[in-house]
Amino acid sequence: MNTKILKAQPADVLKDASMIKQKEMMAKHYDRLTNAPTSGAKVASTFVPGNLNELIMCFDLVNNLPEVNAIQSGLRKQSGAYIMEAERAGHSEDVCTYVKSDIGMMLKGNIGPNGKKLPNPDVLLLSYTGCFTFLKWFELLREQYKCPTIFLQTPYMADGKVTPNMIQYMVKQLKDTVIPTLEEVSGVKFDIDRLREYLKKSAQAEDDLVYILQTGKNKPSPIDAYFGGIYYIGPIFGAFRGTDDAIDYYRFLREEVDERLAKGLGPVTPDGPMAEEKYRLVVEGPPNYTSFRQFWKMFYDEGATVVASSYTKVGGTYDYGFRHDPDKPLESLAEYCLGVYTNRSLPMRIDMLTDYIKEYEADGLLINSIKSCNSFSAGQLLIMREVEKRTGKPAAFIETDLVDPRYFSAANVKNRLESYFQMVEQKRSGKGVAA
Amino acid sequence: MSTQTASQIVARCEALYDDLRFSAARDWKEAEPGRKVIAYMPVYIPRELIHAAGMLPLGIMGGGDSLEVIHGDAYYQSYICRIPRSTIELGVSGRLDFVDGMLFPSICDVIRNLSGMWKMLFPDVYVKYFDVPQTYIDEIGGTFYTGEMRELLHDLEKIAGRKITDDDIRASIEVYNENRKVVNELYALRAQAPWKAPASEAYLVLRAGLLLPVEEHTQLVRDYVAAASAEERPIKDNSRVILTGMFCEQPPLNLIKSLELSGCYIVDDDFVLISRWLLGDVPTDGDPVHNLSQAFLHKAMSTAAKYEPDQEEKGQFLVRAVRDTGAEGVIFASTSFCDPALLDRPILQNVLKRADIPFIAFKYAENSGQMQPIREQAGTFVDSIKLWSAA
Repeated sequence: MNTKILKAQPADVLKDASMIKQKEMMAKHYDRLTNAPTSGAKVASTFVPGNLNELIMCFDLVNNLPEVNAIQSGLRKQSGAYIMEAERAGHSEDVCTYVKSDIGMMLKGNIGPNGKKLPNPDVLLLSYTGCFTFLKWFELLREQYKCPTIFLQTPYMADGKVTPNMIQYMVKQLKDTVIPTLEEVSGVKFDIDRLREYLKKSAQAEDDLVYILQTGKNKPSPIDAYFGGIYYIGPIFGAFRGTDDAIDYYRFLREEVDERLAKGLGPVTPDGPMAEEKYRLVVEGPPNYTSFRQFWKMFYDEGATVVASSYTKVGGTYDYGFRHDPDKPLESLAEYCLGVYTNRSLPMRIDMLTDYIKEYEADGLLINSIKSCNSFSAGQLLIMREVEKRTGKPAAFIETDLVDPRYFSAANVKNRLESYFQMVEQKRSGKGVAA
Repeated sequence: MSTQTASQIVARCEALYDDLRFSAARDWKEAEPGRKVIAYMPVYIPRELIHAAGMLPLGIMGGGDSLEVIHGDAYYQSYICRIPRSTIELGVSGRLDFVDGMLFPSICDVIRNLSGMWKMLFPDVYVKYFDVPQTYIDEIGGTFYTGEMRELLHDLEKIAGRKITDDDIRASIEVYNENRKVVNELYALRAQAPWKAPASEAYLVLRAGLLLPVEEHTQLVRDYVAAASAEERPIKDNSRVILTGMFCEQPPLNLIKSLELSGCYIVDDDFVLISRWLLGDVPTDGDPVHNLSQAFLHKAMSTAAKYEPDQEEKGQFLVRAVRDTGAEGVIFASTSFCDPALLDRPILQNVLKRADIPFIAFKYAENSGQMQPIREQAGTFVDSIKLWSAA
């Protein structure tokens, strides 16, 4: 296996082998999507939290994730124009920029990241999990695409527990509405053994994902669990969970990370391997995608590695023990949806971040508060204070947006980060936290 | 039959509205030992269950425009709406220190997360996020909702220290049926003769229903409708409009008055939506929890906080409201940063365009102070409606 640092990319970006492999997988998936009109494959649009990829595959449907499309538009610096297109069409400047990027992209011809037109979905699988906006997003898309919309509601884990009423509700929805409509749309009969087989594969990849994310406990951490973590979660949060490709990818990634671990190396950044791990951070909240590389650089230039993050749990909290279970397939899908990070109560999120700081021996918590994501952002200031209180570690707060370049102020973010690193230094030297 | 005039009744309601220490609810609680108060936020809670437990349901709609938010802003970024920050202000300033429980209905992610914040900030208070189904099939959403209501009942029984019987709930349903009936009469009067029951008055009468025992509020509404119907007031050359988008964070009273001053007769709205959420009477025979569930699933208001499973039906509630009230246009008034209202707005506007119903849109916050731009926008809208109808 080739684990050494590979060739420089066109824009002088260094990627490790797993990142290149991941990129190839994503490209292959987008080709599959854009070729759907000629291949005859049918397309199901759905969301990352509450993504039922194994079930979608049971009906030979291709999984299309509008959030991932918006991320791709952000990374390619196209989302700003899409958002403004949506605002010209009457969408408020106040609402989620994923939605507006998606709608703007649709209004501009729905050209995917591979330069080809994305097909209209044959079905919208509205998995309403952890984010109210999902509900309205697919009402907006339904109005345009005029295709069947399947609704699946995941109750919120407000009291920190999954109740039998919640599981029964979800399983009933799966049995009575989700599966029959998927059968109708696809023309494929549901086979529960096929689902079991996919779930078994999911669990295998999930084991490796957890192992990889938990290598962040080492010093130095061989991974960056936020910026690098976004590459790592791509396949399993997207269209590959339950596939052999995902098993291969996570095994490959695990071996790559193990090799860095054995050599005592830090993560690979776009400018090469991390020189020295000076700060170990836990990050809460999604990243900014329109200036992703610049944002990451602000961390690795200062020797800051993110050792654990909440964002890498939006598509499943596998490190808390959950695995897809072929022995109880539908219940397992329900439990998966219920457990995703954004469906967890604020006290649960505080517990999780506190645990991360302790278990990963982090220097503190950094919150990247996203302007257009209320699900994440509402309550983060209390989270910050509470985690700080419980751990005694300094916390800091920056504000950006997912894919709206108007809300990424590089100078402000950099200033805040530099001040934060000074706070960490002061804390370490026993001088207390600066006011 | 009350001898009070409409303005005397409204003055009492306004005093209740202005009282951010909730003295009426405090007095109710102190009147007898062992009484409990359960507060709730917008949009909908089955208040019948709280009433059946012998408790006072208390509606908390934020702090309005008179509350100075000192602590609340420290909990929220600038891009979050105002109602959670003013509600936190009410809490941390001790204005809700008599409340025994706080319910957070499933409306949006901000209120959802506020439920967790409340647990952290007020660990001694009963806090519940009240999840409601967004699927309206009896065996699916109905079963889930019944389960959620039974869980709430179980919790209320623990707080009350007694069993809540089906008969208790049936009696409470009857009381709330009566309340909904008089509230509907008030809306009917506004649609029929809006000059007799201005929206700014009706709003205060509705707001009183969040603070008073339901029986008392029913009588108050009845008295207002009787007094307002009997009084002669001049008819103005206003246009009849529907106001929508105000289902959660409530508008400042001045905003409603400003719209009226700019030439609007507001003949329907979604203020204090809980008072009209269930359409028609809830049956009082059989299983009362099942009946409440059925009413929620099949006979409830439409609003942006709900999922509409039928694309054809999406937004039709507004078209029907326009026709039923004889409205000439719709005003979309949404709270800044309100995901449900603002995400829904383009879809609803497309529905109105297809139905050839004119509309305008603006945003507000519960503490908006500058009314001049809104007055100008609404005034222009009214003028344009008149021009069109004259053509």
